[in-house]
Amino acid sequence: MNIVVCIKQVPGTTDIKIDPETNTLVREGVESIINPFDTYALEEGVRLKERCGGKVTVISMGPPQAEEALRETISLGADEAILISDRAFAGSDTWATSYVLSRALTRIADYDVIICGRQTLDGDTGQVGPELSEMLGIPFVAYVSKVEEISEGYMRVQRMVEEGYEVIEMTLPAVITVVKEVNVPRLPSLRGMAKAKTTEIPAWTAEEIGADGDKAGLSGSPTRVVRVFFPQRTHKSEMLQGSLEEQLDQLIEKLEEII
Amino acid sequence: MEYFLTEQQKLIKGLARRIAEERILPVRAELDEKEEFPWAIVKDMADADLFRIFIPEQYEGLGEGCFALCIAVEELSRACCGIALTYAADGLGAMPILLYGGEEQKHKYLPDIASGAKLTAFGLTESAAGSDAGAIKTTATRDGDDYIINGTKQFITNGGEAEIYTIIALTDPTKGSRGASAFIVEKGTPGFTFGKKEKKMGIRSSATRELVFHNCRLPKENLVGREGMGFIITMKTLDSSRPGVGALAVGLAQGALEAAVAYARQREQFGHPVSAFQAVQHMLANMAMELEAARALVYAAARTIDSGAKKFTEEGAMAKVFATDMAMKVTTDAVQIFGGPGYMRDYPVEKMMRDAKINQIYEGTNQVLRNVIALELLRRKALRE
Repeated sequence: MNIVVCIKQVPGTTDIKIDPETNTLVREGVESIINPFDTYALEEGVRLKERCGGKVTVISMGPPQAEEALRETISLGADEAILISDRAFAGSDTWATSYVLSRALTRIADYDVIICGRQTLDGDTGQVGPELSEMLGIPFVAYVSKVEEISEGYMRVQRMVEEGYEVIEMTLPAVITVVKEVNVPRLPSLRGMAKAKTTEIPAWTAEEIGADGDKAGLSGSPTRVVRVFFPQRTHKSEMLQGSLEEQLDQLIEKLEEII
Repeated sequence: MEYFLTEQQKLIKGLARRIAEERILPVRAELDEKEEFPWAIVKDMADADLFRIFIPEQYEGLGEGCFALCIAVEELSRACCGIALTYAADGLGAMPILLYGGEEQKHKYLPDIASGAKLTAFGLTESAAGSDAGAIKTTATRDGDDYIINGTKQFITNGGEAEIYTIIALTDPTKGSRGASAFIVEKGTPGFTFGKKEKKMGIRSSATRELVFHNCRLPKENLVGREGMGFIITMKTLDSSRPGVGALAVGLAQGALEAAVAYARQREQFGHPVSAFQAVQHMLANMAMELEAARALVYAAARTIDSGAKKFTEEGAMAKVFATDMAMKVTTDAVQIFGGPGYMRDYPVEKMMRDAKINQIYEGTNQVLRNVIALELLRRKALRE
């Protein structure tokens, strides 16, 4: 079973700052982490490998420093990691990112399951997984909370929905995105950390994956971030005071006003 | 303080700390309350390769020594001494095989110990043989190519949960302690069952249980070393593991000191945080000094063992006694600094105080170990004269 996990390096959650001039994330001096949702994707990939053998390859499109995040995935159980990096990819939106990843996967060619996190912490769109499957022309299931069964060319999963879950069968290869209910990611291992230090992480350029420059990067992105802002608070809250009975009376009075 | 850790030792420290903070901290109170064995955390430790640290590389280990093990134990104990003990006792159970096991025994048992697939336990103590370990009654009677084990071991850490037990039994009861031998017994061997599960004051998430042997037949391949070596193996095993008990105490005290400092800074009395009062400040200063002195002694003893020294009885005993007495004092003072709330189970320091006490008792009481230290001093003095 060849499993490919797509990850993104994102700024650590605690100290996100937005440049008021450009409306973009301030990345300088901010600690970078593996997108938390992607750690569940990686763990699920490693568990599938432990279940039915095979190999876990992690890919990430990003600047050269994303190599650090890829190296970390080796310590967490991945067998190989590939960085997809080229100046031409800078400013890619989800569409352009999915295009670049689909080109990289076309070069990898031999894959059975592609696993992504449900969304990223910084972009929050959750679009790359589904777009990727469209571009590769293979089945897609989002919000997977459990892989029930997997065998040659076949997978059955549980997809989380608002009230419970759905059971979905698909043929392989396929793309799934996973939710955090799917597993508890492991911590790195000492052997894995030693391996991570020495593993060579190749960097593939636009040319090497045969990516069309017009479809990647800012120029290949059909969407633009025009403005990033905190929405104005439109709700007002009021704390009711007094005894429980008094509070109830006030509440009823207010509800009657509305009705 | 700068203790000059290698890159690998820093990785071990960092990873053990992550397990302590991310996996142990959220559940330590619940496991203590329920007296529940921490299987999920054992699995985390195994996945992280912590059980490989003290196993040589040729048996799937990382080939690190006593010092690296102490660093891991300390970090785990900072969050929970009971859970850290489960880990440390695994090292203790493996020690007789590591030190005196034959090549075949090492290949058979050590890889599973390294991967964490199997936990170990060491069985010496009996109801009438505590500090007086020579008074054990369990026998191993030769019968053809086998040994028949009979007797009961008491207060065995990891008892019932471990798969591999190294136990001490008399192959020649007429010779007393010179007639003792060490054996490997696997869980599930007919005639080997578990008795009373102890209800303890502290370290309640760790398992402490009787091992009961009733005509338990072992092939002679399970004898460790030679007949009659049981007490040499025991002494060397305990000498090697005592810095680990010191590390349990250092980690425990570190956790207590951190909790006391944090609480003293936020608890207000007479309009000031209690940390503003010199009486409290001096208590904290004493706790920090004694803790750091104990840590330095434990590390030095562990490094003496790693240096390849032939004899380190005194060093191990000093580290264990000093650190565990310190931990009792520091955890008691931590409860004092917390005042009334510290006595309540809502805060972590009462558990730390309960956990501390056993460290002055097991693996050689601090009294018997003072005898050991004094004996070494006097013997050396006599040798010089």
